[in-house]
Amino acid sequence: MIRFEDVSVTYDGAAGPTVRGVDFEVPEGELVLLVGPSGVGKSTVLGTVSGLVPHFTGGTLRGRVTVAGRDTRTHKPRELADVVGTVGQDPLSHFVTDTVEDELAYGMESLGLAPDVMRRRVEETLDLLGLSDLRHRSITTLSGGQQQRVAIGSVLTPHPRVLVLDEPTSALDPAAAEEVLAVLQRLVHDLGTTVLMAEHRLERVVQYADQVALMPSPGAPPLLGTPAAMMAVSPVYPPVVALGRLAGWSPLPLTVRDARRRAGAFRDRLSGLAAAPHEPAAVVRPPAPAPAPRRFRRKTPVSAAPRFAAEVRSLSVRRSGVQALRDVDLTLAPGETVALMGRNGAGKSTLLNALVGLVAPTTGEVLTTGLTPHRTAPQDLVRRVGLVPQEPRDLLYADTVTAECAAADRDARAEPGTCRALVSKLLPGIPDGTHPRDLSEGQRLTLALAVVLTASPPLLLLDEPTRGLDYAAKARLVTLLRALAADGHAIVLATHDVELAAELAHRVVLLAEGEVIADGPTAEVVVSSPSFAPQVTKILAPQEWLTVAQVREALG
Amino acid sequence: MARTSGGGGRAGGTSVTGRGRPGLHPGAWWLWALGLGTAATRTTNPLVLALLMATSAYVVVTCRPPAPWARSYSAFLKLALAVLVIRLFFAVALGSPVPGTHVLLTLPEVPLPHWAQGIRLGGRVTAESLVFAFYDGLKLATLLVCVGAANSLANPSRLLKSLPGALYETGVAVVVALTFAPNLIADVQRLRAARRLRGRPDSGVRGLLHVGLPVLEGALERSVALAAAMDARGYGRTADVPPAVRRTTAALTLGGLLGVCAGTYGLLTAEGGAYGLPLLLAGVAAALAGLRLGGRRSLRTRYRPDRWDARAWLVTGSGAAVAALLTLAAANDPALHPGVVPLVAPALPVWPAAAVLLGLLPALVAPKEPS
Repeated sequence: MIRFEDVSVTYDGAAGPTVRGVDFEVPEGELVLLVGPSGVGKSTVLGTVSGLVPHFTGGTLRGRVTVAGRDTRTHKPRELADVVGTVGQDPLSHFVTDTVEDELAYGMESLGLAPDVMRRRVEETLDLLGLSDLRHRSITTLSGGQQQRVAIGSVLTPHPRVLVLDEPTSALDPAAAEEVLAVLQRLVHDLGTTVLMAEHRLERVVQYADQVALMPSPGAPPLLGTPAAMMAVSPVYPPVVALGRLAGWSPLPLTVRDARRRAGAFRDRLSGLAAAPHEPAAVVRPPAPAPAPRRFRRKTPVSAAPRFAAEVRSLSVRRSGVQALRDVDLTLAPGETVALMGRNGAGKSTLLNALVGLVAPTTGEVLTTGLTPHRTAPQDLVRRVGLVPQEPRDLLYADTVTAECAAADRDARAEPGTCRALVSKLLPGIPDGTHPRDLSEGQRLTLALAVVLTASPPLLLLDEPTRGLDYAAKARLVTLLRALAADGHAIVLATHDVELAAELAHRVVLLAEGEVIADGPTAEVVVSSPSFAPQVTKILAPQEWLTVAQVREALG
Repeated sequence: MARTSGGGGRAGGTSVTGRGRPGLHPGAWWLWALGLGTAATRTTNPLVLALLMATSAYVVVTCRPPAPWARSYSAFLKLALAVLVIRLFFAVALGSPVPGTHVLLTLPEVPLPHWAQGIRLGGRVTAESLVFAFYDGLKLATLLVCVGAANSLANPSRLLKSLPGALYETGVAVVVALTFAPNLIADVQRLRAARRLRGRPDSGVRGLLHVGLPVLEGALERSVALAAAMDARGYGRTADVPPAVRRTTAALTLGGLLGVCAGTYGLLTAEGGAYGLPLLLAGVAAALAGLRLGGRRSLRTRYRPDRWDARAWLVTGSGAAVAALLTLAAANDPALHPGVVPLVAPALPVWPAAAVLLGLLPALVAPKEPS
């Protein structure tokens, strides 16, 4: 259905080709997953299928890409619109109209389908994607998972034979990601749609793939094979594969179910070993937060506890008629790492914003290192609490790394050179003159983190830090944050990434509809939850293991 | 998929019967509002004007859908008030040609050089001139309020969907621009928050200027991403049209527009009355034919276009009736133009007032949007 014949793409002004030697075929009705570290050119390969590369992006394409028999060299993206549906990383930049129903019809209108056909397909698609309750809703009022489904629906209505998806689940919470993946599986199984997809969160998608195209390193030609065979050699792999490699299982399991079937003997081997304490838990922290009703906790004398990095007492926030947070209590000790989890829209970002003073409490109180953040002048607050927002680029203004660092030193009133030293430590080998926009997602996050850390705030907040990071960048982030926690920084992560929470957090706070529904040590909270349990926990249950690193250490 | 069933039921499933989409054809709302606006230009009676405003406001309050674009009505009310205040200010500051005897106060007059003859700054302020300015300003304010009503009742993107095929691509550009502005505002807010995170003051003009460049950069990137998405979804696919048809289209459109210009000129000049109107009509016809022919290039079809149904006729008809009746009454009923010199209290003429109330019809016939 999609045939790549010795394809290489060179962008204008680039020294060498971004991808080369791409030569494989995606058969009709298969779901093929494109796997590889950041920056190997996955998005470029996806772009060649829809013709956006090179017709829209510029650059030179050598070789030939044919989709359903049409050569993308001679067909522009708009002439491929009836056979290829493309959904990019950010669904919001994909929408042309303002309501769900119009959006679903837009592609068909452009293709000139008859009105009765359009009507029928819109109704079918609304049912297929479970969107019929939302048909008249304005797209901006939808949650992330709903938006992603509308984006997929909007390219499905013209009945394309090929669907191209770039990271469809990266921004979604685990439940919403499952919604989207269930839809994709249904398309492949029931309608015979061919799907080519790139995704960093392999633990979510690898079990749905019929084949995996592995791009091991920049410039290396992709290899096509069965998921198990490719995972055995891939530099990026999900925890289930890591555990399989550790246990020496062959063929490698790709799903929790496969792994559990094989894990019997392995579990026995582990049961003899004392379940090592969850590594980051060995930090001084205040008395464990009681799962008992929260109002009792307020009575504990504050002076008896160690100085808190942050205290939130019965915080409620109401914004434009929506109760974003309701009666939230939370305390954070220095050196403690807390993962804030919950659905998209559960109030995680609002809580972080309240801690940093961007949102004023409606009722209740927020104290960060003894100050009320929303009444503190920004230049004082910056040395008490730092937030790396969901889009780290928002924090960066200057056009070179050096200028950014100089500005950060001035803002934080730190010794000149502080920020640059941090950048060199965290991101060795970044040239001074690089534009922050030219950095990779992970590098940009690290730069923003360095900018925030210049003021050395005792409380560090990160909103969704692993979006778009591959496993290697994530591992570097984990090491970095652990070192910061060991230095006594209190860290709060709002994240959908259960594996990250398992690796890093001492404590997990679950939010739902603005209320805290669980607050306790990571092992307790995530082990009991079906959607927030990491893969290793699910495989080795009822034993309580969280990460592969933990298992590896116990085995010695 | 289970999650949607809980949260999504707000606007769903209410009005999806065979009749088509909820809501009225947006063109009907505009014609109704323009009818009321035309009526407002026919009178200076403040009571009738107030009645017109109240009529449009009542319809807006009952029929306005809960969409973001429908919230513009209060902005138009403020604009109308500003227009009224400015008109009164000019009457006070610059004087007025209306002769009057009731001097309210005398401002110090600024002597102006001889080349500024005919302009007066300061001087006597008479009750007559103020009342005249008030009536005049109120007329303009009512017109604005009527336009505001149309704006908050008619969905702009659906109105653009009713454009002829040849103008479709322009229409999409306007729709995209309409969704662009809210995004830009959200960007500014986000980046100002980020400034605070960097430890810089987030208020003031400098703060705003500082985020300007990143906001524009972000907007540009989003536009490029949107353009790519639109291209990949088939925007701009065109049918092959024979060159003869293309040339005819160009000739008709250009000729038509020239005809419209010449015709308008003829109508407005004193001696051109004879050829003005026919030329204008011929020009309009040629331009419309050109647009229609140009539509052949576009492959596009329309999904559930708004139908011009009986309700649309009723709504349009009520607006047209108000305009027609007040135009008729203005010629016959002196009460629609209450005198200023000498000052008399305006009376409410019964029949024109009753005619204005016809404009309330949409509140009864227009389908209610789900709220």
